[in-house]
Amino acid sequence: MSVQTAMEANLAMCHDCGLLVHLPHGDDHDDDHPDGACPRCGSHLHMRKPYSLQRTWALVIGAFILFLPANLLPIMKVTTLGRGEASTIMEGVMHLLHGGMWPLALVVFVASIFVPLMKMIAIVYLLVSVQRGSAWRPGERTRMYRLTEILGRWSMVDIYVVTILAALVHAGALAQVDAEPGAIFFGATVVVTMIAAESFDPRLIWDRCGVKHG
Amino acid sequence: MGSPVDHDSPSRLVACHECDLLARVPALPPGGVARCPRCNGILARAPAKSFERTAALGFAALTLLVVSNLFPFLTLDISGTLSDMTIIQGARTLWDGDYKLLAGLVFGTTVLAPLAHIVLLLWIVVPLWMNRIPWAGRKVLRWLDVIRPWSMAEVFMLGVLVSMVKLADLADIIPGIALWSFVALIPVLTASLVTLDNDLAWRRIAPEIPVP
Repeated sequence: MSVQTAMEANLAMCHDCGLLVHLPHGDDHDDDHPDGACPRCGSHLHMRKPYSLQRTWALVIGAFILFLPANLLPIMKVTTLGRGEASTIMEGVMHLLHGGMWPLALVVFVASIFVPLMKMIAIVYLLVSVQRGSAWRPGERTRMYRLTEILGRWSMVDIYVVTILAALVHAGALAQVDAEPGAIFFGATVVVTMIAAESFDPRLIWDRCGVKHG
Repeated sequence: MGSPVDHDSPSRLVACHECDLLARVPALPPGGVARCPRCNGILARAPAKSFERTAALGFAALTLLVVSNLFPFLTLDISGTLSDMTIIQGARTLWDGDYKLLAGLVFGTTVLAPLAHIVLLLWIVVPLWMNRIPWAGRKVLRWLDVIRPWSMAEVFMLGVLVSMVKLADLADIIPGIALWSFVALIPVLTASLVTLDNDLAWRRIAPEIPVP
């Protein structure tokens, strides 16, 4: 059987219901006007996600910008015995480390700093490699994309920790935890990187290297 | 290639979601998985007794989610002063502290998205299980895909663990019924995703559309 992509056969798979549909207009993948609607579920059809590279670039740059205040501003304030202390994500990690809870410090560091940063770097790398027409290890790059998609959500951990502590510890001057502005930027970073990963089309990785890898 | 055949035909043509390779998926045995020969992405799955199992798991998940939201999640004992929280109170605290966007994000990902996910899942699989066509099935199946990534029960659970350890030297922490129910909810939710045969659901909901 000859190896061929759906695009070469003028076929597009519907993103929502998975139906393979014949598109008479062929390759229109950078066009925001969709090639029509899926006959089964009614969603827009396109050969590739529209403006995938542009949208992903915009979102990943936005995520980088949001990531700065997310890390520089405090995300929560802990008040014990009348003394308040606001801490950033990294200060929270260091606090856990000094308290001897290094496995937990590692979890928070990985989820809140390492994963978002790696995710943004991975997306930028994928964008650059696609734009340069790289044919290098498409399988590994696809796996990297899949991993990026799966891991991104775990960054929400710190937001939940702030939420839980703030809801539980409200004994006034004795002990009180409040959310701080950094948490908003951090939440926004997580959401924007999730949308960035979603707007990238992994099929672009393979478009640039033919079908001989079958 | 590409000529439409009868939708009851077990073998069908698909394009890989990851790399767009065209491949013919053969008839899969119950529980079978077909992978892309080029990029190893999943092309098709055929979970056994899909609708029956998904419906059972969906009802279990709904029960656990209701319990998780009605009862206290954690109780804190600071030298005799007790304070407890439910999941919704968590979002409520942020809202009252004027972090409304953040409150929305937390409420959406821990309460609304899991609830919508379970309800829409049942909406689809219960009628299919009884050999009926679900009402507005096409829209609901599409929405299910949109909601799925925003349902973050398992991430919230990790947040709970981190919070418990952080609070350990400040006060005594008593896990509530909701916490245990939430712990049980996570594997049930994951299982309900694995047992759902999306392709079969689409073929049943829209039988008039030929599958290539």
